[in-house]
Amino acid sequence: MSKRHNWSIPYFVFMVLFVVLPLLLVAVYAFQDGNGRFTFANIVRFFSDSNALSTFALSIEVAIENTVLCILIGYPAAWLLANRKYNRSAVTIILFILPMWINALMRTLATAELFNILGVQLGKGTLLYGMVYDYLPFMIYPIYTILQKMDKSYAEAAEDLGATPSQVFWKVTVPLSMPGVRSGILMVFMPTVSTFAISEFLTNNKIKLFGTIIQENINSSMWNYGAALALIMLLIIGISTLFNKNDGEEAESSLI
Amino acid sequence: MVNRDVIIDIRHLSKSFGDKKVLDDINFYIRRGEFITLLGPSGCGKTTTLRIIAGFVEPTEGQVLLDGKDISGIPPYQRPLNTVFQRYALFPHLDVYDNIAFGLKLKNVPEDEIDKKVRKVLKLVSMSDYESRDVDSLSGGQQQRVAIARALVNQPKVLLLDEPLAALDLKMRKDMQIELKEMHEKLGITFIYVTHDQEEALTLSDTIVVMNEGKIQQIGTPTDIYNEPQNEFVADFIGESNILNGTMLCDRKVNFVDHDFDCVDEGFGENVPVDVVVRPEDVEIRKDQSKAEFFGTVSSCTFKGVFYQIFVNTETGFELMVQNYRKYDVGEKVGMQIQPGNIQVMRKPRIRNTFNGEIIDNTHVCFLGESFECKPTELKAGTEVKVEVEFKNIDLQDHQEEGTVNGEVHFILYKGDHYHLTVLTESGEHVYVDTQDIWDKGDLVGINIAARDIKIGKIDE
Amino acid sequence: MKKFLAQTYLWILLILLYAPLIFIAIFSFTEARVLGNWTGFSTQLYENLFTGNVNGSASLISAVRNTFIIAIVAALISTVLGTLAAIGIHNLRGRKKSTMLFLNNIPMLNPDIITGVSLFLLFVFLRISQGYATVVLAHVTFCTPYVVLSVLPRITQLSPNTYEAALDLGATPMQALWKVIVPQLRPGMVSGFFLAFTMSLDDFAVTFFTRGTIGLDTLSTFIYTDARKGGLTPELRPLMTLIFLIILILLVIINVRQAKQQNSIKNK
Repeated sequence: MSKRHNWSIPYFVFMVLFVVLPLLLVAVYAFQDGNGRFTFANIVRFFSDSNALSTFALSIEVAIENTVLCILIGYPAAWLLANRKYNRSAVTIILFILPMWINALMRTLATAELFNILGVQLGKGTLLYGMVYDYLPFMIYPIYTILQKMDKSYAEAAEDLGATPSQVFWKVTVPLSMPGVRSGILMVFMPTVSTFAISEFLTNNKIKLFGTIIQENINSSMWNYGAALALIMLLIIGISTLFNKNDGEEAESSLI
Repeated sequence: MVNRDVIIDIRHLSKSFGDKKVLDDINFYIRRGEFITLLGPSGCGKTTTLRIIAGFVEPTEGQVLLDGKDISGIPPYQRPLNTVFQRYALFPHLDVYDNIAFGLKLKNVPEDEIDKKVRKVLKLVSMSDYESRDVDSLSGGQQQRVAIARALVNQPKVLLLDEPLAALDLKMRKDMQIELKEMHEKLGITFIYVTHDQEEALTLSDTIVVMNEGKIQQIGTPTDIYNEPQNEFVADFIGESNILNGTMLCDRKVNFVDHDFDCVDEGFGENVPVDVVVRPEDVEIRKDQSKAEFFGTVSSCTFKGVFYQIFVNTETGFELMVQNYRKYDVGEKVGMQIQPGNIQVMRKPRIRNTFNGEIIDNTHVCFLGESFECKPTELKAGTEVKVEVEFKNIDLQDHQEEGTVNGEVHFILYKGDHYHLTVLTESGEHVYVDTQDIWDKGDLVGINIAARDIKIGKIDE
Repeated sequence: MKKFLAQTYLWILLILLYAPLIFIAIFSFTEARVLGNWTGFSTQLYENLFTGNVNGSASLISAVRNTFIIAIVAALISTVLGTLAAIGIHNLRGRKKSTMLFLNNIPMLNPDIITGVSLFLLFVFLRISQGYATVVLAHVTFCTPYVVLSVLPRITQLSPNTYEAALDLGATPMQALWKVIVPQLRPGMVSGFFLAFTMSLDDFAVTFFTRGTIGLDTLSTFIYTDARKGGLTPELRPLMTLIFLIILILLVIINVRQAKQQNSIKNK
């Protein structure tokens, strides 16, 4: 048993090679010019390019709006689903997470097509609708899980101490379900900052998000500038993860 | 010389996990066919000893001889020993039959022979109809039987049992004790049994090895251990007892609870401080006070199922625990008597604290890793000295920061009119304290010693 | 009344969630090349999908095949690597353990596009030509952490001493592992495998950046390029409908079985 810890060595080597080294390369490429010389030019180019900056700001804005909408729509849904008074069947929650298993691009395309048929102009509105549509299950599920596991006696104790149903909800249920909300935020916010296919489909490429310009630069062989943009995104992700310390694991493992 | 009668010989076994020494020079041997029990509180090293014998733990020092041959270095799967684990460790993915057949299948025993052996052993543990049951569906007692069967089917030279009954309820435990004893007699295999339950050990064993803090305290038959405990620890751990300070006046004469008693012990010398152990059932108590040796007042009387447990305050201010079949009223005056043969006298391991110290300056001495103020001394700084402090002169504080040295209450002994505590300091030394205050095991305390109570002496060569 | 409002709310959400899927399903039964045109009921698209003899649908079928092959290979490798790693991590202590767990979290928290771009740069840097192998490697990178996380709790829950009991009964360490530990870890490995499998099936961004220029397509990249070209290959409609049905049936079966198991545990 004593030598068993060595079994993690292959994975460690694998991780260093395929996770750590690639991330370091992103940083290295970000500070190089096309000939491999050290430069700040890529970073400077981003901060002096008003187009890139406004795309960046728009991406953050859309991601925040999407996250807020997902909470506003998803929390009540999760609460209703976890409440025995309104939902007795475990199948309903399956219905809510089932679309997660269908190819997201296909669903997004179908949504765009539906808008076309209904004659809705593709733009920021349809983009947000599509984002909420794609990511809502990721908000509902962690909140539902935590609400469902929550000990009913907390609410009963609060009632016993004289809290009205709405006070029970705001002062007991909501605070206790915050870890679920935080995991939900992590699972919605981060993918929305980085997505590119969804925005391309749902706005007919009229609105570009940050992910799209990373993709365009990499695909047109502008690796160094692409890497610099990726590095900036990585910093954003790193910062938002720090705010959610430990919840990341919960969020991901709640899916298992 | 190889003694044919000895199957396992444990020599100078020591084991440390990091800095912590869990076994300290353990020596004992096990006779062929014997039922031997390693008994002690949790953390005493009994399970580690068993795991070293089984091969799961490598000793830091020492040897285990099996039939005269050193088996250190032989992996567990090549040792002719089998273990019954504390929580059974049955394989949850296999049914009862496959659990038992596991070892035989690995040895490529032919199918029909496996079948015969498994059925035979199932019968032995009275589980014949359970072959194809899922192990998770069995009760604790049934799982226990399967675990025993799984070990026995391999016909081990020695069966190791690691607290096998600890997870069962009381009734089940009593039944299984009887069954284990019968099984041992029927099979003639050597059993090494580990438990913290002294009653279990007394019931089952041919020989008991009492352990504490990695050391053997006493080895003997159950009656030896019960009737003639060799030290305070054994007396306190095995059964109920009154442990009291006494003075050996001369041969066959001992004073305790401020009263002179006749006893049967000799050779201690005259006026020597000793510890006296009297079992509560050996204190004869009666309402008729004319035939009594000493007197007291009943302070409590509790029915314990078979007998009453009575606490009596003697006229001389000691509290004694007494067991009797009759009920006594609180406040009742009683007379008591103890037969000379029922008084167990033990030499005191120490009569005061002795530490190694070093003079710092003419009013300070360093011991227990700290500097203490002491009475002015002529000795030069740096001189190594012997520091003595009486048990009653150690002052314990509730808060560690109020003490010069910090420690943890490690062992508590009630001595009739005071408590005798063993405090383990942060430097790993023992400090012995007599106190009237009630402490709990594990309490963190600060230790203070007044300057006038520190006696400094030269180290005797 | 409250209950009525609650259920209306849930139903509206469900209808909105399923509208595009139902939309695709309906239009899988007509021949029109453009989604949304109804040219009469037909099962022609289903036939095309299975025979693959209409242009476009052949490459669709090969994309589907690629998707499944990549997912199965990546999930198998991830399961083996992740299980070994989980056993190793379980036996690590202190700093080393938390470092491994931290490393294990990175691919899960990394957005797909970062994983994709960083691996793309790695392959460019090492001058490895991209294709099947690089896509599988990339998928193993983001799938293995999920296997580790689903096997780890199983190791913690291992019934105590069973490994030692096996040694005690004469099993060598390898035999003990294979006959006693692996069977107990199997449920965690299986769920880890399926998680890895679905993650791989669903991936778009990582595949997009690591598939190179040899024309390797998975379902996701096929749809993406298809959509960028303008028209969607109509055979995608019956394909999506079928996938949806299969997943629905699988999920229902799994959940019914789980519910039964839980009931039987409760009844004990």
